[in-house]
Amino acid sequence: METLEMTQEEQFQARIDADVRIEPKDWMPDAYRKTLIRQISQHAHSELVGMLPEGNWITRAPSLKRKSILLSKVQDEAGHGLYLYSAAETLGTTRDQMLADLHSGKAKYSSIFNYPTLSWADMGCVGWLVDGAAILNQVPLCRTSYGPYARAMVRVCKEESFHQRQGFEIMQTLCEGAPEQKAMAQEALNRWWWPTLMMFGPKDEDSPNTAQSMNWRIKRFTNDELRQKFVDMMVPQAEFLGLTVPDPLVKWNEARQAYDFGEVNWDEFWAVVKGNGLCNRDRLGARVKAHEEGAWVREAAMAHAAKRAERETAAA
Amino acid sequence: MQGDMEFASSENPALANYAPAVRQQLFQFVLQLADTSLVLGHRLSEWCGHGPILEQDLAMANIALDLLGETRSLYQYAAELEGQGRTEDDLAYLRSATEYRNPLLVEQPNGDFADTVVRQFLFDNFHYHFLKQLLTNADERLAAIAEKSLKEATYHLKWSSEWIIRLGDGTEESRQRVEKAIAELWRFSGELTMPTALEKELQAAGLIPDYAEIQAGMAAHAEQVLAEATLAVPQQVFMLTGGKDGRHTEHLGYILTELQYMQRTFPGLTW
Ligand SMILES: [Fe+2]
Ligand SMILES: [Fe+2]
Ligand SMILES: [Fe+2]
Repeated sequence: METLEMTQEEQFQARIDADVRIEPKDWMPDAYRKTLIRQISQHAHSELVGMLPEGNWITRAPSLKRKSILLSKVQDEAGHGLYLYSAAETLGTTRDQMLADLHSGKAKYSSIFNYPTLSWADMGCVGWLVDGAAILNQVPLCRTSYGPYARAMVRVCKEESFHQRQGFEIMQTLCEGAPEQKAMAQEALNRWWWPTLMMFGPKDEDSPNTAQSMNWRIKRFTNDELRQKFVDMMVPQAEFLGLTVPDPLVKWNEARQAYDFGEVNWDEFWAVVKGNGLCNRDRLGARVKAHEEGAWVREAAMAHAAKRAERETAAA
Repeated sequence: MQGDMEFASSENPALANYAPAVRQQLFQFVLQLADTSLVLGHRLSEWCGHGPILEQDLAMANIALDLLGETRSLYQYAAELEGQGRTEDDLAYLRSATEYRNPLLVEQPNGDFADTVVRQFLFDNFHYHFLKQLLTNADERLAAIAEKSLKEATYHLKWSSEWIIRLGDGTEESRQRVEKAIAELWRFSGELTMPTALEKELQAAGLIPDYAEIQAGMAAHAEQVLAEATLAVPQQVFMLTGGKDGRHTEHLGYILTELQYMQRTFPGLTW
């Protein structure tokens, strides 16, 4: 086919297929733009809401060193939120609009953050498993077709590996510690294992948007592929820690060269997605409260900047 | 960022220069500085995830992290001065409210963003000027800690000064809120430079800066910032004191309950 005869849409797909990055000024199909705005803003919101379950434990961290590591980790997540909101803004939306959608419930964030953090070992599990799952989801996004998103993800991924390591270290310290520490670690793993498997989204057959996203090279692996990778990575790590993954069906499959594992409780998955997790209301409520109570601060900053600009023009 | 240096418990030769009584006093004073940074850092970290705007969430976490880094260097030094084998964590997690020596200002609740900014401004103004003096202090170790912290405190003071100006010269609401915060918190600022008996002795010995020397600089900065913010400097405020002698407001007990929860619940474990 000759390039001249290609429609805009065909040219676009040809660039995608040739792995040429799409940049903000390039023509793109509306649906591509919409899909990206939805995905990037959802990702940004996840970073923002994700600060809450861990932020919870900063004041209670058991040593000054752990406190400092945890605080800098949560601070990183705020930074990730910033990069991602900026990336989404290149598609023609605004942070205010995205936040309004989050607060109204129109936009989603990762359901994992609707689970409570109940013990110090949860800081271990969140870093080790949740950031671990995030890494698997995010590393392929460093090669995603939309340039600003891919570049934001490169910065994010650099920091995520530190997050996972600090989580694993917390778990390792607990597992090498006193019996009550090891029990704390196992109890936390029991609660976090299945919810982290849910982080990869519904099964492929229930994920109608996957094919289009793969075609646009926004996504590079299916949900089930990533879930399998995660299990294959984490089961040996749990064994190394001396912990038991709470799934009796986990078993190495020699023929597949992968672990078999049980079925996720999809009823629970959909219930939490629809707002009925333990913490959905608290998390969204905390975000709405921070935003509403911060309104006068943002207004003051804008008013002051305007006054200043006026004075500068007057002086010039 | 945090310094991960774990100092060996072997005796630091420089410390041998101090007479035991002086060393004990210096220990108490370094503890006071460490408690101060820890408690203020704790308060700031309570904002994490709840700030009025994401950039300021980051800024407050950043200041909290700096203060926590300073806290650790100070407790590590305090532990050496004491020489009883206690660690930074023992000092932070296993002392009670009446043993804590932070000034009252830093334990005051976050309130709204204006309260937090005013509390931060009052502390930063002291911290910055104090650290500058500490740089040329006789105690080398404190001078080294001050050198690192001064860079950070310079940024903190810039941050809180700019926010005082924005809020004072922003909207009618922000002005009212910052005025209210000033009226509430100014009474805790005097304690920062009012020497305790311990501080007087250390000052007389030339081991720590004389607060009289930093008061003029602090007052000048406060006046300049408040003037730019179109706010009035409070006059004739009755200054509350006691924190540096272990007599605290009720807020500190709750801070320590949370801060020390793990160490108190699971004594003697490694995390
Ligand atoms: Fe994340
Ligand atoms: Fe992140
Ligand atoms: Fe992370």
